[in-house]
Amino acid sequence: MSSDAIHIAGVDKIYPGANPVTALQGIDLAIADGEFAALLGPSGCGKSTLLNLLAGFEATTAGDLKVYGQAVSKPGPDRAVVFQEAALFPWLNVWENVVFGPKVQGLSADKYEAKARETLKLMGLEKFHEHLPVQLSGGMRQRVGIARVLVMEPKLLLMDEPFGALDAQTRLTMQELLLDVWQALKKTVVFVTHDIDEAILLADTIYVMSARPGRIATRIPVELPRPRNLDTLTDEHFNEMKKRIMHEMRGH
Amino acid sequence: MSSSLSGQRGKRMALAICLPLAFLLLWEVLGQFNLLIDGLIPTPSAVMRAWWVWIAGPGGLSLNPYSGTWAANLWFSLERVGQGYLLAIVLGVPLGVLIGWSRLAAQMVDPSIQWLRPIPITAWLPFSIALFGIKDFGAIFLITLGAFYPIVVNTTQGARDVDKNLVRAARMMGAGGGALLRRVILPAALPSVFTGLRIGLGIAWTAVIVAEMVAVKSGLGYVLWDAYYVGRMDVVIADMVSIGLMGYLSDRLIVLIENRALTWRRLQSY
Repeated sequence: MSSDAIHIAGVDKIYPGANPVTALQGIDLAIADGEFAALLGPSGCGKSTLLNLLAGFEATTAGDLKVYGQAVSKPGPDRAVVFQEAALFPWLNVWENVVFGPKVQGLSADKYEAKARETLKLMGLEKFHEHLPVQLSGGMRQRVGIARVLVMEPKLLLMDEPFGALDAQTRLTMQELLLDVWQALKKTVVFVTHDIDEAILLADTIYVMSARPGRIATRIPVELPRPRNLDTLTDEHFNEMKKRIMHEMRGH
Repeated sequence: MSSSLSGQRGKRMALAICLPLAFLLLWEVLGQFNLLIDGLIPTPSAVMRAWWVWIAGPGGLSLNPYSGTWAANLWFSLERVGQGYLLAIVLGVPLGVLIGWSRLAAQMVDPSIQWLRPIPITAWLPFSIALFGIKDFGAIFLITLGAFYPIVVNTTQGARDVDKNLVRAARMMGAGGGALLRRVILPAALPSVFTGLRIGLGIAWTAVIVAEMVAVKSGLGYVLWDAYYVGRMDVVIADMVSIGLMGYLSDRLIVLIENRALTWRRLQSY
């Protein structure tokens, strides 16, 4: 219990109004330190809402939600978020976007510059420091989106369909890159997706969610060996797994 | 490529200048044949002569107030516009960012602004004279007031429309209130801010002319009214053109600054 990175017990999220919407109901979740967890489900199942609760962008209606033993009350650099559309600051160039976090946290330049350079290199962006987001492709923008949170060395990485807006080819490249990065850094990751392949390829554990009201239907451990790469996608075990999950999702 | 581009530009210029040129020619010819309301309206050439004297004629203790006093009067107006406009920016932009960002500020300040805004700046003239007398600050007060509204309203709009995810991203990276306003809300609102700045500048020039006609004894607005009273229509027209020129040039300056500040925006629309 104490080694859990994320501890969620009995969490509800209800949007009030004339017709209150129950986005999440009775969510229980325990994610271990260093675990790569995927929240998988159709749109409207509340997976992004759950991520927003963890990020502190929204508040729970009921229940207990803790990250590394701390109740979440507001967003913070310990819970880094990678957004679907990258959400980079369009008026800042790549370098300025990446050092935004350390800068607003008041760190001195010599504390973060080396780290920022190293992270940009890891993301294959060493030649693009001066580029504005608008001058980059979608995949490159998302690399910046990942670099700017890695530079803060967060314990937890929250990723909200980060590759959902990319074309199929770029998505594969980015998935492979993320596998490499995760292999090297071993951060706790919560990854929201509706893509079954993506969930199996990346995650240690898949939480399948169902809609109306949003709840966690099943927990499926992915027992594929690491390190993984794109070859994993054509693995025999991969297909077995996929069949099982598809069956599982149809059942709910 | 560049030669055909500059050729196109030349053609555009030629087309644009056609109409004014024909108008000036007609005006000049009608004037030469004394067909302009008993010679009450001077010809373009007479205006040019008067303007030249006003700019370069002997000044000092000359009895003619329209000799060599152009630059001084221009400077008076320019200084007032500069001061009043800067004050409007310093007040309007931060207030707009705050109103756009904070619901509390919006609920407290925005209604007052909306109630005061329908009072035209011309209606403030007597009040301004009563309060500040025939002094510079009366004019500056009107300019600031006039320019303030479009600046604050447009800035508010821009700050309100900031992409929610940019705000979330900034807060996730540890940005507090001040950093958020300065580093995210303000830059994101900047395109709207510049819209407000350009509208505000136009109003600032209107305000300085009105104020100088009534509330101070110097500047292009003062000369405009004064010259009319002594029947110097040639100076009146030269003055009008001077005001238009200043308005145009100062607007170009804002556009130049805008293009530099918003490079990211220009690239986005390609």
